[in-house]
Amino acid sequence: MITTLAQRELRSLFLSPLAWSVLAVVQFILAYLFLSSLNDYILLQPQLKMLDNAPGATALIIAPLYGSTAFILMMVVPLLTMRLISEERRNQSLSLLFSAPLSMTEIILGKFLGVVGFLVIMVLLVSLMPLSLLLAGQLDNGHLAALLLGTLLLVGAFAALGLFMSSLTEQPTVAAISTFGALLLLWIVDWAGNKVGSETTGSLLSYLSILRHFESFSRGVFNSSDIVYYLLFISLFIVLSIRRLDADRLQN
Amino acid sequence: MSAEILISVEHISRYYGQLAAVDDVSFELAQGEVLGFLGPNGAGKSTCMKILTGNLAPSCGRIRICGIDLLDQPRQAKAQIGFLPEQPPLYRELTVDEYLLFCARLNRIRRSHIRPALDRVKQRCGLEAVGKRLINNLSKGYQQRVGIAQAIIHQPAIVVLDEPTVGLDPIQIREIRKLISELGEEHGVILSTHILPEVQMTCKRVQIINRGKLVFSDDIENLDRKMQIRSHRVSFRNPPDIGVLQAIEGIDEVEQLDERHFCLHHDEAARFIDALLEQALAEHWGLTELTPLHKTLEQIFVDITSREEDHDKEQAA
Repeated sequence: MITTLAQRELRSLFLSPLAWSVLAVVQFILAYLFLSSLNDYILLQPQLKMLDNAPGATALIIAPLYGSTAFILMMVVPLLTMRLISEERRNQSLSLLFSAPLSMTEIILGKFLGVVGFLVIMVLLVSLMPLSLLLAGQLDNGHLAALLLGTLLLVGAFAALGLFMSSLTEQPTVAAISTFGALLLLWIVDWAGNKVGSETTGSLLSYLSILRHFESFSRGVFNSSDIVYYLLFISLFIVLSIRRLDADRLQN
Repeated sequence: MSAEILISVEHISRYYGQLAAVDDVSFELAQGEVLGFLGPNGAGKSTCMKILTGNLAPSCGRIRICGIDLLDQPRQAKAQIGFLPEQPPLYRELTVDEYLLFCARLNRIRRSHIRPALDRVKQRCGLEAVGKRLINNLSKGYQQRVGIAQAIIHQPAIVVLDEPTVGLDPIQIREIRKLISELGEEHGVILSTHILPEVQMTCKRVQIINRGKLVFSDDIENLDRKMQIRSHRVSFRNPPDIGVLQAIEGIDEVEQLDERHFCLHHDEAARFIDALLEQALAEHWGLTELTPLHKTLEQIFVDITSREEDHDKEQAA
């Protein structure tokens, strides 16, 4: 049942020009960044040879690529999640789902998985670029896997927050701007963390930062506490969305 | 009634803040019945329909669908209901076939049954020719039909239709009414509308709701009796004296609207017509118009509500 909902969500995304243009623009920008860092790497290679224990292609090309992917997706995901619930509410098509024998949990999970499915496709398309380096040489597979996992968890968290924002409003644009604002705040919250006087506030703020947990993945470190952070983040906003949707039925 | 009870609603109310949109409503619907929910705009019809289909939770009260409590076991209860809201819940970027396939899956129709179910509803709702077209490009009438198809695809015991003929042209209205009558043979149907003739044409039983309260609930014949014509409008080229009209047997009261137009109030049988025509011919009044005056829905509301108030006063006295 959840897959039926997710399939329809994915299908509707691909039936709109938005999905295609997002895919094209993201791919184009990231390809540009990828090629320019590849170029830098080739220029630097003679010097790198001199160093003991020099960083490889994975650390110099691929890690920054996924970093840029994360940053760009922070701006793109709100556009994809904004219409999930708000538009259905506006078109009054939500009552189709409410009248069908479905629980609110199924509706929310279906929508979440639909949009995550799209994001997975996007991340995999981006990953084709680093994988193309395999034609020329070796990559650090473990590091690459950590980057991929980290990126997927990160965009999953973006999508969960976006879904929740979409469930709050009837206007997709309001959902988009609030999602973007919230994500940006979570992205930069640890900047203040370094300057706040007390040690505990600082570490709390940096713990909250959605980016801080991505950093260990981008160093190739597979840290279970970071995975737990993202899973908690996703579950929190999914539960909140379910509650919010249920509130529609109870009192509005 | 011997037929199986499909819906039983007990004392449901729904408040929006202080406003009671639905106030202590109870009724039942039996198999093979078409129940008309009649009320002016803003009477609480749509709220009532939404509560019945689980789109809104009632503030208090109990609803049982085929014996299953809607609030305790929503999933099982909802499987027995098909709902067409006021605005059909369509995904406009899909084609009719894709949309109906999605609805069939939502309602957990088994994979092997989906194809026949799709063909059946498309044939019933006259959608065979438009299966491959985008819903967005269909006319309002066809979109409404897709909405109805969506409500009956899983062959629910109960079909709830909220103002299904709004915005349609007369031919489409006639087709949809025919479809509703057909549905009434197998399913229990609840039809909400503010159009009186629609109820008279399609429903067996009618309930009138006003300001959230049920004010009338009876068979359609009894409503017809209440609505019998008791006045005619007449006009003459050479109008007679008002006293002459008053003297005709069967006329209770004459109201002069202007120089040439009169409103004649009479008893149920309208026996006066022959006498009036004979006299008009004999005395060359030059009759130009004789129109029965139908009661409007508003007048019936006033009738019913004022009668209730009288009744209350009598009881109080």
